[in-house]
Amino acid sequence: MQITVNDELKEVHARTLGAILDELGYGKTRVATALNGFFVPATQRSLKTVDEGAVLEILAPMQGG
Amino acid sequence: MKFYGTELSSRLMLGTAQYDSPAILADAVKAAQAGVVTVSLRRESAGAQAGQAFWSLIQSLDVPVLPNTAGCHGVREAVTTAQMARDVFDTNWIKLEVIGQGDLLQPDVFGLVEATRILTEDGFQVFPYTTEDLVVAERLLRAGAEVLMPWGAPIGSGRGLNNLFGLRALRGHFPDVPMVVDAGIGKPSHATAAFELGFDAVLINTAVAKAGDPAQMAKAFRLACEAGLAGYAADPMEERDMAVPSTPTLGLARGLGGETL
Repeated sequence: MQITVNDELKEVHARTLGAILDELGYGKTRVATALNGFFVPATQRSLKTVDEGAVLEILAPMQGG
Repeated sequence: MKFYGTELSSRLMLGTAQYDSPAILADAVKAAQAGVVTVSLRRESAGAQAGQAFWSLIQSLDVPVLPNTAGCHGVREAVTTAQMARDVFDTNWIKLEVIGQGDLLQPDVFGLVEATRILTEDGFQVFPYTTEDLVVAERLLRAGAEVLMPWGAPIGSGRGLNNLFGLRALRGHFPDVPMVVDAGIGKPSHATAAFELGFDAVLINTAVAKAGDPAQMAKAFRLACEAGLAGYAADPMEERDMAVPSTPTLGLARGLGGETL
């Protein structure tokens, strides 16, 4: 199915958020996720199903003021 | 000085953005002896390691982190960003920015109050980036904030303390609320002035990161903070409009100018 990840269209096969992160290559990197504009805690990713056309934000630590 | 029950090792809080390299950032944090460093979140593609490398560097510095919601222009965006930051940085602290005006990066104080309420109810310990407005400060405290971060001047402007009267009034009106002057401080003397007004801490980023020698500037800010804090604690004299001789006039010699007595 196609989903949008950080504004880019991606083709993925996995159906849960946790599995999609693995499939996309994020592995165990320290990231935060939001699905369709709603925050999804790391502890709930393996249970969170993702549908065709979903919009996923994946954020990582960054410098800030 | 405690923020939400946590004792800070230093009153100087340092932003981590805009440094030319991670090594320069690390040197600046060490030279500043920063009590807190601020961090943020941004998109990162799979395989990119910049975020992970940055996080490893911050952990190695062993300084408490204060994540921010920089760049957020609405309540929902700021709340979601705060939730994501808590997940990544494992802290309930959040420097809450809800920007309402792009040219001056002026806080949207209405959205700020609402987001503070929502996040406080969700267990966050909010550091709202606000103006010096007394009514807004009152609303933020009522919404659950226990620390306030009034601006000195617009972010990145380096103009110092734009509204001394307003900042003094804010400090005087809420004497027991921990307050950090955030944004706009460009020189060490600006930081000293903030402490001399009675503020509890300052947050500096651009002034250090964009200095010709960031580590040296970080040290200068550390010393300036110490000077301002010590000066305030020593109870400065009142200002006067007219001169008053500091050397005693009693017993002053007369007729030494050759004039006829």
